[in-house]
Amino acid sequence: MKLTDNWDKLSAQEKYEVRFDEFMNPGIEFASQEAEQAYKQRVQMIKDAIELKKPERVPISLSVGFYPAVYAGFTAYDMMYDYEKLGIAFKKFNKDFKPDTLASCFTLGPGKVFEILEYNLYQWPGNGTADNASYQCVEKEYMLDSEYDMLINDPSGYWMRRYLPRTFGAFAPWQALSPWTDLVELPFVGASMIPFGLPDVQDSFKKLLAAGEAALEWIGAVGAIDGEVQATQGMPGMMGGFAKAPFDTLGDTLRGTRPIMLDMFRRPDKLLEAMDKLVAINVEMGVRAATANHNPFVFIPLHKGADGFLSNKDFAKYYWPTLKAVIKGLVDEGCVPFLFVEGAYNQRLEFLADPEIPEGKTYWLFDDTDMVEAKKVLQGRACMGGNVSGSMLKAGKPQEVEDYVKFLMENVAQDGGFILANGVVIEDAEAENLHALVQAGLKYGRY
Amino acid sequence: MYQKLINAIVELREEEVVDLVQELLDQGVKPLDVLDNCRKAVEIIGERYEKGEYFMPELMLTGEMLNQISDLTKSKMGDSADEDDSKILGKVLIGTVQGDIHDIGKNIVSFMLDINGFKVIDLGEDVPPEKFVEGIKEHRPQIVGMSALLTLAFDKMRDTVKAIEDAGLRKDVQIIIGGAPINDQIKDYTGADAWGKDAVEAVSLAKKWMGGK
Repeated sequence: MKLTDNWDKLSAQEKYEVRFDEFMNPGIEFASQEAEQAYKQRVQMIKDAIELKKPERVPISLSVGFYPAVYAGFTAYDMMYDYEKLGIAFKKFNKDFKPDTLASCFTLGPGKVFEILEYNLYQWPGNGTADNASYQCVEKEYMLDSEYDMLINDPSGYWMRRYLPRTFGAFAPWQALSPWTDLVELPFVGASMIPFGLPDVQDSFKKLLAAGEAALEWIGAVGAIDGEVQATQGMPGMMGGFAKAPFDTLGDTLRGTRPIMLDMFRRPDKLLEAMDKLVAINVEMGVRAATANHNPFVFIPLHKGADGFLSNKDFAKYYWPTLKAVIKGLVDEGCVPFLFVEGAYNQRLEFLADPEIPEGKTYWLFDDTDMVEAKKVLQGRACMGGNVSGSMLKAGKPQEVEDYVKFLMENVAQDGGFILANGVVIEDAEAENLHALVQAGLKYGRY
Repeated sequence: MYQKLINAIVELREEEVVDLVQELLDQGVKPLDVLDNCRKAVEIIGERYEKGEYFMPELMLTGEMLNQISDLTKSKMGDSADEDDSKILGKVLIGTVQGDIHDIGKNIVSFMLDINGFKVIDLGEDVPPEKFVEGIKEHRPQIVGMSALLTLAFDKMRDTVKAIEDAGLRKDVQIIIGGAPINDQIKDYTGADAWGKDAVEAVSLAKKWMGGK
């Protein structure tokens, strides 16, 4: 899908402008002129911040996980299984707190779909974790150390015939399928179809059909909820697409943390080769969704490169080069990489000043990184935000939150290029503290 | 030969380590002597981790080498090799609190406590308050360590501290908490005695506590 007929001839800057133009003029039927005006004003504030200018006011963004459920008196289970309650919770949250960016209910996901697929990579409320706990990943060595070449030679085939059968019960029979690349000439077609006649493979496809129906039902509900919030509140979303650092693609859910770290000693070349292979896959995934959603932001949560995980030397060798390639690939396509530094990057700040990353084209959301130090590095380079801590929002007092927001505004936001946001994704907090965050943002955030 | 083994372990040359241990055992040295020297090497690795020279990959590989060494020596040793409890610095009961299944941080802390001379009883992940209470009654640790990655675990940590208190065991144990979102504020909120930002701090807190008792 291309946004303009001459897309391939456009420069990265032109593509960026086309994407923001689409973002600014979405196909939303706003409920009122005020809502439409608020939407455009907010997109402009966000765009100014990304471009390191001083927006009219510092945009306020809240990244929430299951908190809207807690706030509305529901459980995490309700959010994944009862779309009516999901709607009540997220509409209420957005309406009551009024951040500048949409708190979308998309990322909570459909429990029913996961159940049909017998998803075993995660536990979720109703399936492993308690009704009021968020979903959590079950780390295992889903990709074996002997399978690097398979992955490198044919990533999609590897996913189809090895990775998915191990992470979804419904995909287990796919181990028997032949690679699609077999289908080049008539004599091979018959043989390639044989596995599709096997009863367990046919069962698997029946499950997929059911999962597809359940997914449509879910996206219909989610689209209506987010759409209504956007139309009435005028809130732009900040997640157009999703990508990962290749080290995390492998280290989070394929090899796992311990195995990937052992690979650094035992098979460093294979690890580097596989990560190279995953760059284009991550870029394409991010760009495709950003295009489909008419939203330039590609969210990239960063995990295993945080302080404490790797030495700077290993970060430079294993983590940064392919992450940088993903960032550059996205920027080349006019997207805005939205990098969420979970944990802290106090030891990594020098990397963020990499001159190869274009200025004013990325957004770094920090969790526990020292904001003043980060600003010194990112000044004139990249928009940043975050760091109002989950502990303060849960165990602190409103005055403390207000004081901290004031501190950020005076010491980090003063020259522009800043978005006010919380750090770690909020699953639990005191409502009065979240209100204090937003109110302090409005109070101190004007330039 | 032992110095060579120690160097190979400290410099993380996995294959060489396995070969050297096999060679030593083939020569008929006592498995316990091999293990003593491995312990010396691991202490140096621990020091490097504390100094910020080694990080998680180095600790992971160390654990892996120790497993292999232990497999090699086990076959040469009888049941008499059980740990002597009198030598340990203290007992630590550790677990990730209920509702949270993250284990990496907890495992690193356990490993570092272990190589620093503590006996670690690991209750695993998603551990309900009553399991901590039972664990204290059964193992009588001086220290209880609670880990969490999710913010929703703040309340579970608090519940667990309360359960320990309700069971009349609070004064018997020092409660230390840790995990990415943990800080001083959460220490106060949960009623724990101390918090550490990483495994190095966990070890120093545990040592300080045992030294002060």
